[in-house]
Amino acid sequence: MFPAKFDYKAASSLQEAVGLLDDPDAKVIAGGHSLLPLMKLRLAQPKLLVDISRIPDLAYIRVDGGQLAIGAMTTYRQIKQSQEVHERAPVLAEAAHEVGDPQVQARGTLAGSLAHADPAGDMPAVVLALGGSVRAVGSSGERDVDLDSFFIDMLTTALQEREIIREVRLNVVPAGAGAAYQKFDQPASHYALTGICAVVTLSGAGDIASARIGVTGVGPKAYRPTAVEQALAGKSPSEDSVREAVQTVADGIDVLGDIHASPEYRAHLARVLTRRAVLQAATRARG
Amino acid sequence: MAQTDTRDPGMHTVTVIVNGTRQSREVEPRQLLVYFLREQLGLTGTHVGCDTSQCGACTILLDGLAVKSCTILAVQADGSEIKTIEDFAEPSGKLHPIQQAFWEEHGLQCGFCTPGMVIAIDQLLRDNPKPTEAEVRRGLDGNLCRCTGYQNIVKATLSASRKLTGEEPFEKPEAMNPEPAAVGAH
Repeated sequence: MFPAKFDYKAASSLQEAVGLLDDPDAKVIAGGHSLLPLMKLRLAQPKLLVDISRIPDLAYIRVDGGQLAIGAMTTYRQIKQSQEVHERAPVLAEAAHEVGDPQVQARGTLAGSLAHADPAGDMPAVVLALGGSVRAVGSSGERDVDLDSFFIDMLTTALQEREIIREVRLNVVPAGAGAAYQKFDQPASHYALTGICAVVTLSGAGDIASARIGVTGVGPKAYRPTAVEQALAGKSPSEDSVREAVQTVADGIDVLGDIHASPEYRAHLARVLTRRAVLQAATRARG
Repeated sequence: MAQTDTRDPGMHTVTVIVNGTRQSREVEPRQLLVYFLREQLGLTGTHVGCDTSQCGACTILLDGLAVKSCTILAVQADGSEIKTIEDFAEPSGKLHPIQQAFWEEHGLQCGFCTPGMVIAIDQLLRDNPKPTEAEVRRGLDGNLCRCTGYQNIVKATLSASRKLTGEEPFEKPEAMNPEPAAVGAH
């Protein structure tokens, strides 16, 4: 399968890349593992690809101000191998291991996944549960977009037309908290039919002090089920009380249905996997 | 005197080192790396299977990393070093230890997936020289085989691991047997 014709420019700086995005039919390509499959199916037909992979110093993972700062060209493979990630947000490495397969992980990037905003991507659930921001660069400089307002709709984010993610900034898992990612995948593509990331902080008494949850694969965009997060606060991290608290995880969501899973089944998976993720995160929080 | 540039303005020059040899070709930006290798360089050992980055038949090493060449543009690979299955056996014909293990353990039937398997296993064993069976199965998640049921591919991978770490000789003694027991016979 060949993509429709396009022109290609390898930018040597982010400024140059932003300038090239003046063309309204231009698209940024990093690892290309979300974009190229769409282009081969001709679901996307950009006229110009702006390759940011040759811009120096965009693949990095740094600890900065209590957050993990992850550069735009950082691959899943690099995330999986990062000591900083394993020490501060191991759930991110765990989820990166669930993306596609090893070959895909060698090319695909975290920032690319977020910019693409596939409703079944793994990373959106994880970054919502961790919390943080996306640092975008555009023609009028840089701005930070809170992850809570980043995902707008299916394949649609808060990025403006001429903006590029230069860095993803994620909160680390706090002391006394645990995190887990639970996924039920489509076995050929490994996209999440449903994926749930939970970050759970326990109180001194062992109850759930707070929980942050990210959901992917269920609705048109990844989201936080805030009613579930509130219902979990103060509950004991036991099977029964967590089961009860997570019942509304898919409520009010336009749940997706396709040949792989009906809306009812996805909603069911969301309830089951949220319970499992919360319980696993709580177990990890206890150390 | 400057030469007239006769190239199609839409064409790009891609220069790569493939299996140790520098290669330069003109490509359309939409040329996929797998077709660049197969059709422009004649290296047909890299296969096109699903063409949707699922089956892994097109796996190559790009700057030392196993990747799916059906989901990479040739222009993205410009300046890279590539290794394909053609560079695994020695020029004398002596097989790579992974290939030898496939031979001995009957790790292939039709052979279509084998080049991609061998390269994915090369990556797996460089990352993790002594994998468990479960790690092998997870590590080969990106490669589909429609013949073997994977059992012998997993056995071959574990055997290759032993060969590469020196726990097992390059040639398994049973492989010398002219009539090896049929695999799966009970």
